[in-house]
Order: sequence, then structure tokens, then C-alpha cells
Amino acid sequence: MSAKITPIIELLQKQFSDIDFAPAPLLEMKDKSAEQWCVHVQPSKLFAVMSFLRSDERCSFEQLSDLAGVDYLNFPKAKDRYGIVYSLLSLSKEHRLWVKVFVNDPNPEVPSVVSIWYGATWMEREVWDMFGVRFSDHPDLRRILTWESFEAHPLRKDYPLTGRGEREDFKVITRDSA
Amino acid sequence: MSDTVLESQPDLLVDHDSGTQGDLRTEEMLINMGPQHPSTHGVLRIVLRTDGEMVLEAIPHIGYLHRCAEKIGENVQPYQFIPYTDRMDYLAGMNNNQGFALAIERLAGIEVPARAQVIRVILAELNRIASHLVSLGTYGLDMGAFTAFLYCFREREMILDMFEAACGARLTYSAITVGGVHDDLPEGWIERCREFLDYFEPKINDYNNLLSFNQIFVKRTSRVGIISIDECLAYGATGPMLRGSGLRWDLRKTQPYDGYETYDFEVPIAYPAGVNGVPAGVVVGDCWSRYYVRVLEMTQSVRIIRQAMDRLPEGPTEAPKLKNIKLPDDEVYVEVENPRGQLGFYVRGDGSAIPARVKARGPSFCNLSITTKVCQDVLLADVPAIVGSIDVVMGEVDR
Repeated sequence: MSAKITPIIELLQKQFSDIDFAPAPLLEMKDKSAEQWCVHVQPSKLFAVMSFLRSDERCSFEQLSDLAGVDYLNFPKAKDRYGIVYSLLSLSKEHRLWVKVFVNDPNPEVPSVVSIWYGATWMEREVWDMFGVRFSDHPDLRRILTWESFEAHPLRKDYPLTGRGEREDFKVITRDSA
Repeated sequence: MSDTVLESQPDLLVDHDSGTQGDLRTEEMLINMGPQHPSTHGVLRIVLRTDGEMVLEAIPHIGYLHRCAEKIGENVQPYQFIPYTDRMDYLAGMNNNQGFALAIERLAGIEVPARAQVIRVILAELNRIASHLVSLGTYGLDMGAFTAFLYCFREREMILDMFEAACGARLTYSAITVGGVHDDLPEGWIERCREFLDYFEPKINDYNNLLSFNQIFVKRTSRVGIISIDECLAYGATGPMLRGSGLRWDLRKTQPYDGYETYDFEVPIAYPAGVNGVPAGVVVGDCWSRYYVRVLEMTQSVRIIRQAMDRLPEGPTEAPKLKNIKLPDDEVYVEVENPRGQLGFYVRGDGSAIPARVKARGPSFCNLSITTKVCQDVLLADVPAIVGSIDVVMGEVDR
């Protein structure tokens, strides 16, 4: 994997010389060829970089495999609050690349990539629903897994496992009071 | 898409200005399909904007089966999360176990013994057959063919019995676990599996005679819900959907895991009418193509299982020293070929035994997002045909 992805990272650095991509493997492995490489991009530059990765013939990442939000609250040595990880896959070139952006409170917002990969529509809605990260220019940014009047973002680390739902507030009905 | 339907049935041309259809007066109507509906295969709700028999727009609503699996994953140790992966895609529990186990093994640097890898392949491929049997049977049921369903479920029941013998459960196995497999295969299981495969392989022909090449079924599913390769890629649709559109892409071949590179098998794709026995009327990328790719995949799974059983080595079935695995401060993304497409697990470790983030990329989630695009200007009766051919499992869409 590594041998295929090095030229792409070099290409990115040449094309966008003002961005510090800080390329690094997701996980350092003994087998260097199996390493998965990740580049970092600022939210303001994300759309341009993604368009380039999709349309340039040497990259041709036809598919957005996955879009994962991560909350780095209380994470050791983390500087930013939210991370969005894009997993890109090129089926014609058989290589993968990961792109990461970091955003912070009070207004976490990332440009939407729906116009590049339509499949991002639901994935971005899920991240908005679960983490409260907004995607600017998203055509239909509604909640997807929870309901519209739900106020919290459950995958944030400050959302408790128990104690906030309605179930605890239900009136207990006994046989006598029924 | 709309042109093909309208050309073949000019009576259905809708004149939106006068609100007439043929000589009938029609009006726009919102119809709620689901969340409790037999042909949505679970708690999927689709709001259909219809005009007479035509569906102008279909908007899926999901989340009815959301069980916070990812939140739970951030609060338990990986081996405790294995049973939750069963319940994501509950028709392919083995494949889901395998995906998550591979992600954790890669992250924690665990080597899986050779015997465990081969058992994993056997179990995963058997589960692929069982999952495809459900898909075929219920798809026939959606299209009004009851008989094939009974035959498919008869064979699936035998696979479930074998799973029960191998791990004690019929649906939620947790048999493939971090570092290997939970139990070794019991005595006599391999012979039983061989007997089953010898019995099962000719049955695939029966399904073809009963359902695949049945003229009513072919007419009902061909030229319906055509999806091109580019649309599949843009929406992230994978697995039989991508292969049903004619692209030969299977992670077991292109990015192999658990030793799939050492097995000899083919990746079936859809062909146009007239090629390789495909009946007349079929177009690559339609519902019939997606259906038939699954039939062909079952034959290949049988091939893989036979090879795996022939080479099953002796040895341990689990890696040693697996108590309290510490996950490094690193991350990993692993994708495996689930019966429905590419199942991905993104795991972020933070140096402790509990992962900081577990994200599952469900293939059904991405496959289903294409519904709005495909169900535009189709006949109302084609909506179950299209949704059925996508073969969603809602447990995995909502997680």
C-alpha cells in the first residue's frame, strides 16, 4: 500500500504547497507496505483537496468508503475537540488514503463533500446527528438515526451512558394505582 | 430510467398540468411504506410521493433500530463488543465478527494461528451462503413466488444446525473472536459439512429453475432499478450491487484478508442478456442482475469451503495471552467483504484496554442511500422489487 500511496502524497504536497499535510501512517507496522497513510487538512482547504483527489487521474478516488467522526474530549495529548476521518478508496488504482480534519467548539463546521461523492449525504447526516458537527453546503442536513426534536449529540464523550433519557422519568405504575 | 418505463407503457404517461393519467384523473398522494411492512425487510420506512401508479419520489427514513452500538463499543473491551457485532448484520454474524476481530488484531498486533484462519474462512463462507439464501428466498416472496422461499430456508436451516454444532448459537454466534475462533470444530463436523455441500450444490440449479429463470420473475425484475457503475461508486454501494452493475471488485480478491489470496475462486459479475445464459430482457445493473450475482456467489463459496476443509491444519485455534489487550494510541480501518458489501471497522485506541472510538461502516447503510436516486419515476409495484434487490439488513443500517 505504502509504495502506491507515496507518489500521491508527493503529488498533493506539490499541488497544495501552502498546506502542511503532515502525512503519517494510521498505525505503524512492521510490514511497511501494509501501512495505511493519512494526511491532515484544514477545514477551509478540505473541499479543494477532496475535489483534486477525486478528479485527478493519478489519484482517482472514486469511492468515499467511510466518514467517521471522533470526539477527542479527555483524549491524552489531544489539542482539538472533533476529528473527521475520511476513508477514500480507488477501485481502479486499488489504493486507499485517509484524510483527517479537526474542528473545535463553539461552531464546529466542515465543508460538505456531497457534490463530490453523493454517498456522503447520509454519512454527513450521521456525523451531524451523532457529534453535532455541521457540514456547510449540505443539501439536506437533517438528523438521520435519532428524531428531529432530539437535542443532544449522543456520541459526544460528555453524553452519559445512562441518566439523561426519558425512561428514568417515567411514572412508575403499580398494580394498585392502575 | 423513467423513459424505459414510459416507453413500454405509454398509458401511464402522466400529464401533470391537468392531473390526468390516460383517461383517469389522478392526484399526488403521500404513501407511508413501513416501518412495519413485509417487503421492507425490517423497520425501514419509505415515504412515497405518488401520482396514480407512478412513484415520483421515495424518501427513506431510518433509525428505528438504532441501538447505540458504537457508543457501547467505546465503553467495553473489544472482546466484549464481539456479541454486539453479531447483532448489527444479524443474517451474517460470522462475517461481522470477522471484520471487528481483524480490526482489533491489526491494531494490537495479534497473530492469528493458521488453523483459526482456515476455520474462519469456512464459517464466514457458510454464513455467506446462509445470508444469500435468505436474500433469494425473501426476494422471491416479495415478487410473489412462495415456493423458492421454502426451499431456500430448508437449506439455510441445515447451515444453522451446523453453526449450532460448531458454536452453540444459530444466529448470534460470536464464534470468530479476537485472536482466532472461540471454539474448535467438534468431531465429525467436517464430514457433516462435506455431506451438506454435496447435497447443497445441485440445489442451486433448483433455485435457478424455480426462480431465477422463471419468466414471471424475470419480467418482474429485469429492466427495473437500473444502477450504473458510476452511481454505485458515487453512493458507496458495494458488494453484489457493484458486481451486479458489472464491476469485478471483491475485497477477498483485491485486498485479501485471513488468507483468501491462497484460495482459488472467481468473482461473478452481471452479464447482459444472451451472455452466459442470462435471459432476454435483462440489462446489466437491474434488479435481476443483482439477484443473480448472489446465486453465482454461492457456488464460489462452496468452492472456497471445499478447499479450506481439504487444507485444515492442526494446531491451536486462538492466539496465546489475550487477557486485557492494551490498544496502542493509534488507529486502524479494516474492510472485509460481507455478503452485502464492504463492511468497515474504524477503531481508535488511546493506550488503554477500551477503544476511544469504534465506527462501523455498514454496507447496507451506503447501499440503501441510493434508494431515492433509483426510485424516481418508477411504478409503485417496482419499489419492493428495487428495495428487495438492494438486500438491506436494518440492524446494520441503524447500528
